[in-house]
Amino acid sequence: MRVYADNAATTKMSRASIEAMNDAVENCWGNPSSLHSIGQHAAERLQKAREDIAEVLGCSPKEIYFTSGGSEADNQAIISAARIGERKGKKHIVSTAFEHHAVLHTLKKLEKEGFEIDLLDVKNNANITPEQVKNAIRDDTCLVTVMYANNEVGSILPIAEIGKICREKGVIFHTDAVQAAGHLHINVADECIDMLSLSAHKFHGPKGVGVLYARKGIPLTVLIEGGAQERGKRAGTENLPAIIGMAAALKEANENLDANAAKMTKLRDKLIDGLSKIPHSALNGTRENRLPGNVNFLFEGIEGESLLLLLDDRGICASSGSACTSGSLDPSHVLLAIGRPHEIAHGSLRLSLSEWNTEEEIDYMLEQIPQVVTYLRNMSPLWREKVSGEKEFEI
Amino acid sequence: MALYSEKVMDHFRNPRNAGVIENADGVGEVGNAKCGDIMKIYLKIDNDTVSDVKFETFGCGSAIASSSMATEMIKGKPLSEALELSNKAVAEALDGLPAYKMHCSVLAEEAIKAAVKDYYDKNGIKYDKSLFPDCESCAHCSIE
Repeated sequence: MRVYADNAATTKMSRASIEAMNDAVENCWGNPSSLHSIGQHAAERLQKAREDIAEVLGCSPKEIYFTSGGSEADNQAIISAARIGERKGKKHIVSTAFEHHAVLHTLKKLEKEGFEIDLLDVKNNANITPEQVKNAIRDDTCLVTVMYANNEVGSILPIAEIGKICREKGVIFHTDAVQAAGHLHINVADECIDMLSLSAHKFHGPKGVGVLYARKGIPLTVLIEGGAQERGKRAGTENLPAIIGMAAALKEANENLDANAAKMTKLRDKLIDGLSKIPHSALNGTRENRLPGNVNFLFEGIEGESLLLLLDDRGICASSGSACTSGSLDPSHVLLAIGRPHEIAHGSLRLSLSEWNTEEEIDYMLEQIPQVVTYLRNMSPLWREKVSGEKEFEI
Repeated sequence: MALYSEKVMDHFRNPRNAGVIENADGVGEVGNAKCGDIMKIYLKIDNDTVSDVKFETFGCGSAIASSSMATEMIKGKPLSEALELSNKAVAEALDGLPAYKMHCSVLAEEAIKAAVKDYYDKNGIKYDKSLFPDCESCAHCSIE
């Protein structure tokens, strides 16, 4: 059996998205900036995609900017807010300790320029409270950037409450919604979101395309110069097939959102319940406020990469927060941020589901994973020391 | 996965000499849980020869493969040869390791040396201390 359980990394494209994209490749190859009919046909399709996406997010098509993906959108949103703040002498930014690196590295860059960055603690329930944001905002805060949902441990953050606080305080609010778009109901107007990033390949769309939503009146800083595309804010001939594929995928995901979430939640909970039976294991993150498809477990006494490789041999595609999978010595910054110590964070496994996973696949994983964990534990000197009582168990 | 050579995957999937030797003549453990790899080597020594060797490893695929290969390379060999085993030789025997995984082969070399040192210490055998650099001298595990 082959089980794909790494949907937080990327998803398989949906039939609707592939067909929309193929059709655009073949029949809509014009440059939307051209004045002739072939170009104008492409411009119409581009506009239609923009409208479809705006409708899902609850904004105006004029507030949608197409980018190369979530990372570019995050970069542009944060840099733009920083430049706006800078002009008013505001150089303080509030974010969280477990953001994606597209956010954290951009903030690091700004820190070197003299911005002050406050990363809110996420140790309590792998989440933040609206009060933490409220308390962190200062007179010179120019931006609050908080992810909609965490990519590793699945936490869903209190976005609407944070948005309200930011709106009241007059601070720009950006959210990295890469893991949320197509999976959770988002309405940028209702949730007082000023800027939002999303990426198509997390909801069965193509890779290399994403969206930056920026509320009307927020002047964006141009990162890529060279043309009048995207109302002068993002140069480069539009990746029309990918944009059309993204719009089709998002529309479809949104239409089936509740049914998909119900299905995934059921599978997720079954997986969590089953894995909980493995001794000295623990769920990373909480059961509540969790993305429907996210399962992240920690198994004491083993290391994640060897677990992944052996699971791959048995047809299970997953991911890990272990250092060895990242090429560094530190385990995932997310696991450390939620309070997992270095010593055991290496033994984590993320299984991220989609609505295409089946009950049989969950059963198969619940049969295979405990076997592989036991096999690796029997080879681990650390496990032996814990079992014999020389060292204490952490969980 | 193309991350590793076929040889690494073979030793990872079918590790040679995994296990424990009860009442071993020398035991060496290197690495720590914090950096995510620990290697423990058990030696049975007869007439200055490694008559048996077993390993336990907590770590990634290349750490397990390096332990397996290293134990295979010293089994049945005189102690003097076991002490000469370099991390490079282990990595080469595995048809290479990715650059950021080379430390796994270093751990294998060090674990064997630590086990031999333990044997020498237990039996009051004199040895050249410079052959056994202590764990502290390695920067691998220096995480703040």
